[in-house]
Amino acid sequence: MTLSQNSLTHLEMLEAESIEIMREVAASFERPVMMYSVGKDSSVLLHLARKAFAPSRIPFPSLHVDTTWKFREMIAFRDQTARDYDFDLRVHTNAEGARDKINPFDHGSARYTDIMKTVALRQALNAGKYDAAIGGARRDEEKSRAKERVFSHRNTAHAWDPKNQRPELWRAFNTRINPGESMRVFPLSNWTELDIWTYIYAEGIPIVPLYFAAPRPVVKRGGTWIMVDDERFRFEAGEAPITKMVRFRTLGCYPLTGAIESEARTLPEIIMEMQASRTSERDGRLIDADQSGSMEKKKQEGYF
Amino acid sequence: MTMSATSAKSSADLDLWLEQQTHKSLLRFMTCGSVDDGKSTLIGRLLYDCQLILDDQLASLKNESKNRTTGDEGIDFSLLVDGLSAEREQGITIDVAYRFFTTDQRKFIVADTPGHEQYTRNMATGASNSDLAIVLVDARKGLLTQTRRHSFILSLIGVRHVVLVVNKIDLVDYDQAVFEKIESEYREFAARLGFDSLEAIPVSALKGDNIASRSEATPWYEGPQLVPYLEQVEVGVDRSQGQMRFPVQWVNRASLDFRGFSGTVAGGVVRVGDDVLVASSRKPAKISRIVTMDAEHTKAVAGQAVTLVLDREVDISRGDVLSHPGETPEFSNQFQARVVWMQDEPAFAGRSYLLKTGAQMVPATITAIKHKTDVNTLEKHPARRLEANEVGTITIATDKPIAFDAYGTNRQTGGFILIDRISNSTLGAGVIDFGLRRGENITYHNFDVNRKVRAEQKGQEPQIVWFTGLSGSGKSTIANLVEKRLTAEGKHCYILDGDNVRHGLNKDLGFTDSARIENIRRVAEVARLMADAGLIVLVSFISPFRNERRIAREIAGDIKFLEVFVDTSLEVCEARDPKGLYARARKGEIKNFTGLDSPFEAPERADLILHGGEAEPLELADELHDRLFDK
Repeated sequence: MTLSQNSLTHLEMLEAESIEIMREVAASFERPVMMYSVGKDSSVLLHLARKAFAPSRIPFPSLHVDTTWKFREMIAFRDQTARDYDFDLRVHTNAEGARDKINPFDHGSARYTDIMKTVALRQALNAGKYDAAIGGARRDEEKSRAKERVFSHRNTAHAWDPKNQRPELWRAFNTRINPGESMRVFPLSNWTELDIWTYIYAEGIPIVPLYFAAPRPVVKRGGTWIMVDDERFRFEAGEAPITKMVRFRTLGCYPLTGAIESEARTLPEIIMEMQASRTSERDGRLIDADQSGSMEKKKQEGYF
Repeated sequence: MTMSATSAKSSADLDLWLEQQTHKSLLRFMTCGSVDDGKSTLIGRLLYDCQLILDDQLASLKNESKNRTTGDEGIDFSLLVDGLSAEREQGITIDVAYRFFTTDQRKFIVADTPGHEQYTRNMATGASNSDLAIVLVDARKGLLTQTRRHSFILSLIGVRHVVLVVNKIDLVDYDQAVFEKIESEYREFAARLGFDSLEAIPVSALKGDNIASRSEATPWYEGPQLVPYLEQVEVGVDRSQGQMRFPVQWVNRASLDFRGFSGTVAGGVVRVGDDVLVASSRKPAKISRIVTMDAEHTKAVAGQAVTLVLDREVDISRGDVLSHPGETPEFSNQFQARVVWMQDEPAFAGRSYLLKTGAQMVPATITAIKHKTDVNTLEKHPARRLEANEVGTITIATDKPIAFDAYGTNRQTGGFILIDRISNSTLGAGVIDFGLRRGENITYHNFDVNRKVRAEQKGQEPQIVWFTGLSGSGKSTIANLVEKRLTAEGKHCYILDGDNVRHGLNKDLGFTDSARIENIRRVAEVARLMADAGLIVLVSFISPFRNERRIAREIAGDIKFLEVFVDTSLEVCEARDPKGLYARARKGEIKNFTGLDSPFEAPERADLILHGGEAEPLELADELHDRLFDK
């Protein structure tokens, strides 16, 4: 962001706030880690972390919890980005889950997500003895997220207690934890989806090509388009992939991430389409819809 | 209002529109008022009228709104913002919720804060990050205790602009007299709070009157409507006008040649070439570069996160504050402040906390509570303590001097939080009024230094951990490892064992029964004194008789006393025989040796049993630490 006069624009304010939060983490914790999910919010997070510490290298590692069911393009983008920006990328997969071939087709999205994401995350955080984990969650994504603190305390079991959150005043963040406890930190708390996209546009931040419309093989599942990303996909009787012009608004595990029909091949087209659309971002995620208040419940159990 | 979101655009317009998106201003505001005044409904209405409720949200909202009070649209808007399950069940808002919306003019961040008294802390939290507040009043009820309390907290936290929204005006038949009575009562009360602007608007959040557009039901009202008002109101926060403050957050040592100071400008403007002073050392330097990843800058203004490079080597670390010479912040260890207390554990003079302001975190003691303020009448009353949700004026002494400003001149360098040294919870939030000169108004003698005070100063719970077990069982080894770990965690400990006591304090004592009892009595008394001084005392004594250990426990009195039995078999102990004592006892050189010719009475109810022969000392020490010290 370049500054025009003495007052900052809303994007400049958001950028500065996020940078301040990143620096506070680096200065206050012994073993911080940044969650890197490869999505657009992670791309912004990474960009902000580079800005926060330049000309130094990012002073903490990045962690990707690989469920083994991510889109192939995500993994390729992840590895390319790690090379381009020279950051310390660590990848963790729940080895027992992988051995037992836990997958969204046989075990259902709830059980699969619990084992390959939530449990895997706890394993990785415990193994790394991380005392602070930076995440890309935004308050505008979902109702229970709207009340999450920027510095959000977790007990020794990584659980969130929404009724016992520390008051958070000014930028005087309370970073204190007892041994074994940890902090989840959300530098993008005050960003909206539109802010993310306009910032990516203004700063020229690389993102996974899946966000742009292209002809892709898909099948219709539960009112949304699911991409057939590899040979492990399970077709139902009589089902066959068709090629459609689609793109993704969020990225996750390919069997659980819905695509939308779209012609938007450029950032301005995406932003325009998004502004004209009338559904919220997480609508494409199947896991949130499992039960009422399901995000809050997952978060209490340690999900990001 | 028009929403650019839904208007069709040609691609030629798109770049221009994106350019506008990146240059909008930001207004952070909050809503407050008593419970059931309709805050959540108002925010839901704002989002709905700005066409920001999306199709899927609208569908689930209509579904959830059955059996609830709704407007013409059939929607209970409060469901949109009451996010947590507990709130949906109780029908109240219990935490701060943040909402975002954008119009062509501005981006808005709204903090929706709760009305219940016990959650006043959240209201203060919302206020600390807001430039404007909407104070809601139910037209049928008029001003309530909560209205006054929240307005007072707004003024305390420094929110300068207030919109009084008289809600549910439809339920008093759009009566002009009702509105005007509430407005004049509020203006009278608010006059003492010194807001910069105050606008009163009659609305119905449920029906939409005077929210986005003029209501035909209130022809007598000629003022602005809520949304247009929020879009154009000047909150006049130009923090770049004030004195320059740069709190150093992180020292950037990118290479041997690069040493920069990263932080966010907290006031004023800093330029390359400026002379600056370090607040703590008063050492001067010149700004040689202002660095970001994108570019080198010639200046940085309040709110910008940058890295400063100085023209010379100066000792600067996290928490230091840079300013221009002649415009330095106060640098002192004593000041007067007003605090909002936020937790059930009351604030007392003499208590020690951690104080955080900017990047500075220091131990601090409340030296006096001068008075508390009745939030309804604004009257001051003498107070010995501050309970949750009370507001008081206090004096604070920090362990070492800190840089600060009066809150009225700089919110960033004048606001602080107090943190509990043991639980780490945020106990209170304060705004600094002014610094006190050394010795001025400070009364260290008006509180008692007792065990609790000493314990808080050390940030630990004093206690006696009494290890019992055979000679060679591993008591001292384990106690040593536990002491190392606790010390590494910043705790203060001391080990009492046979060696360091028998050679000094108890060297006059032999091994007769009465001497043994006296030995234990003295050790227990010393342990008690040390714990009273705030220490964690690890006592490593064979102490073979239940009676002896009972005496020790009794001497400890109300101090926490934990009995740890290091249960290692005689065979293992004798095989180890680290001091050769078993061998000598077997030869008859030592009489009454515990385990051989003198019994060991195993504890009947030990607080913890460690199986000495079965695990490494380090594992046992960790087990003890995790069981007794990890809460």
